[in-house]
Amino acid sequence: MSAVTGAVRGAVTGPGPATAAVPAPGAGRRVAAAPDGGGGVEIRGLVKAFGATRAVDGIDISVPEGSFFALLGPSGCGKTTTLRMVAGLEEPTAGAIHIGGRDVAGTRPYQRPTNTVFQNYALFPHMTIFENVAFGLRRRKVGDVRRQVMEMLELVELTHLAQRKPAQLSGGQQQRIAVVRALVNRPKVLLLDEPLGALDLKLRRQMQLELKRIQTEVGITFIHVTHDQEEAMTMADTIAVMNLGRVEQLGAPVELYENPRTAFVAGFLGQSNLLAARVVARHGDVVELSAEGNRILMPAARLSVPGPDVEVGVRPEKVHLGDLGVAEEGWNRIDGTVVDASFIGVSTQYLVRTRQDEELTVFTQNLSTHLRRVGEQVTLSWRPEHTFGLETGAWERATAAETAS
Amino acid sequence: MSVAAAGVGISSVERTGGPDGPVRGAGPDSAGPVGSRRLTPYFLLLPALLALVVFYVLPTLTLASTSLQTGDLQQGYSITWHWATYGDVLTQYWPQFLRSFAYAAAATLFALLIAYPLAYTIARRAGRWRNVLLALVVAPFFTSFLIRTLAWRQILADQGWVVSIMKSTGLMSVTDWLGLTSGRLLATPVAVVLGLTYNFLPFMTLPLYTSLEKIDPALLQASGDLYANAWQGFWRVTWPLSLPGVVGGTLLTFIPAAGDFVNQQFLGSVSETMTGNVIDSLALTQRDYPSAAAMSLVLMVAIVVLVTVYVRRSGTDELV
Ligand SMILES: Nc1ncnc2c1ncn2[C@@H]1O[C@H](COP(=O)(O)OP(=O)(O)OP(=O)(O)O)[C@@H](O)[C@H]1O
Ligand SMILES: [Mg+2]
Repeated sequence: MSAVTGAVRGAVTGPGPATAAVPAPGAGRRVAAAPDGGGGVEIRGLVKAFGATRAVDGIDISVPEGSFFALLGPSGCGKTTTLRMVAGLEEPTAGAIHIGGRDVAGTRPYQRPTNTVFQNYALFPHMTIFENVAFGLRRRKVGDVRRQVMEMLELVELTHLAQRKPAQLSGGQQQRIAVVRALVNRPKVLLLDEPLGALDLKLRRQMQLELKRIQTEVGITFIHVTHDQEEAMTMADTIAVMNLGRVEQLGAPVELYENPRTAFVAGFLGQSNLLAARVVARHGDVVELSAEGNRILMPAARLSVPGPDVEVGVRPEKVHLGDLGVAEEGWNRIDGTVVDASFIGVSTQYLVRTRQDEELTVFTQNLSTHLRRVGEQVTLSWRPEHTFGLETGAWERATAAETAS
Repeated sequence: MSVAAAGVGISSVERTGGPDGPVRGAGPDSAGPVGSRRLTPYFLLLPALLALVVFYVLPTLTLASTSLQTGDLQQGYSITWHWATYGDVLTQYWPQFLRSFAYAAAATLFALLIAYPLAYTIARRAGRWRNVLLALVVAPFFTSFLIRTLAWRQILADQGWVVSIMKSTGLMSVTDWLGLTSGRLLATPVAVVLGLTYNFLPFMTLPLYTSLEKIDPALLQASGDLYANAWQGFWRVTWPLSLPGVVGGTLLTFIPAAGDFVNQQFLGSVSETMTGNVIDSLALTQRDYPSAAAMSLVLMVAIVVLVTVYVRRSGTDELV
């Protein structure tokens, strides 16, 4: 039985898809893609090998049209490579990519209904902002360049900067120009490679909301690459967590957080407590396990491996910390001793050592002024439905993932 | 390479070939701190200013004074404000001036045409060969300028393989008909321009390489993503961003080439001399110092005017 410890990232910031439900404002300003084809992306068995290394090692992803999709993973896991293959900047070694139902194999970037926002924006330094945004329109020789460019600059409220050069803009402004330079071409899919990576934390938060707003407003598919789990959770409808060239788990942010199916996801998204356990019995939808001699119940659907040896997990903020022997009826429980308490303002982070010398992390909201003292005997309890089950050895992998996140 | 040309070269190139940093907002600077701190930059400039006075201003003034003197070697020279010397050299030697600028312009153009693909390849395509290729570009500098130019005499000689190939393929009759050659290569303008192009090629290649190498490859990918084909990507992105290198390289080639006389002397004909040859013979053979000084000043002023117009037009506003 072990606890994954580290920064209190998950609990402090309270990840959640709060913005995912933002209604589409200003429908009149929609600049959505043309109706033909659609902007769904289907990736099947995609592989990219650079010599001996397989940067992308067989991934299957399906991105519904109009959704905000995030590719999340640690550095070097193959996110950029995947995105570049969708953009047409890189040739897949194997596998297929369909955009709007059409196989795009062998087509050039400009033949695909995609546009890319590059990691460092790649704005043309010798052109004005206006000319940067107009670049794609001019190459395609479409009419009404001026109106379309100004409409886009309005979308990001930067019309007054039209005649400036990129170097005269702030990082956040450059970032917005990079987005509309791509958007003005009305792609069905917008590909963003760590578009906020170069911004400081505060600006990044602001731009996350801004990007989400733009996506809601234009209504097209966004595929957003990031290694920042919080960013992915804030913005995306669906996240694919990648590791070592593979997709570990794909789902809505809440689903990934509440029911991680792999150790990597459990560790990469927020924090997890993991305990070695053994499947004792199955009663319909409920699995009964034993951990440290305690009876643990959990929904069968949340156990991702057959067992019998598994590791059960629970998020630190789901755990209730009570006086010794005090727990709600029907909750899973385990006794221990407080070995560390750190007061963080909105919450307190406790480290509790169990009888088997494993440490569990607990986050409690500071609803009362009563703080547990180090050395106090306590009982930890949590709802069976907050328990998830992973393969054995998950703890090491989760710790590694957390370090990488 | 003449004194005049070298002097102009330094000052002009610094103006244009410098770092192509972004243009900042043009708003007027607010008044700086008062007192001695304002003077500090000038103190720091002092050594450079001193060198400029000793090695550039004083020689130029001496040159100007010499050009207005009359006299001869026996009785000595004195300033007589004899402006007519300028009129005399201009009427007598205008063909040499024209030839200098024409040869220099041709050599600059050819050097640009050769150096651009070369620099582009080294900067973008060479991979791990990059340093080797760069070393090869500057390798000629390990041998004397004179020896390399003399070597071209051998290559272009009437009995040499170049001429015999040109004759056997019939190319020579074409160039003869065009008036570029006259049954031989040596002692023709072609040989002089070729020599100039060859000798100043590294001066063109290195600035081009520097500015091409600095261009972020993502910019070309972005242009491709935004529907530009390879040609448009080059013309709209690569070329404008390489302009600082183009301007720097053409100045570093044109200015010394216009004042050069070695290539003409070794490879050209005695009847088609350049300004440098005239100055050389006026000063060192005929001992007509006032005329030589006037020629030098005219050449210098002409180059300054040409370069200023060129730099203005090739667009300080085009440059980032
Ligand atoms: N052109 C290339 N040649 C060889 N190896 C490459 C190339 N591009 C990427 N790789 C390798 O492929 C792997 C995945 O790279 P990729 O750029 O997709 O990572 P990433 O997930 O975007 O990482 P980061 O978050 O650091 O940008 C890395 O191990 C990288 O070294
Ligand atoms: Mg990347």
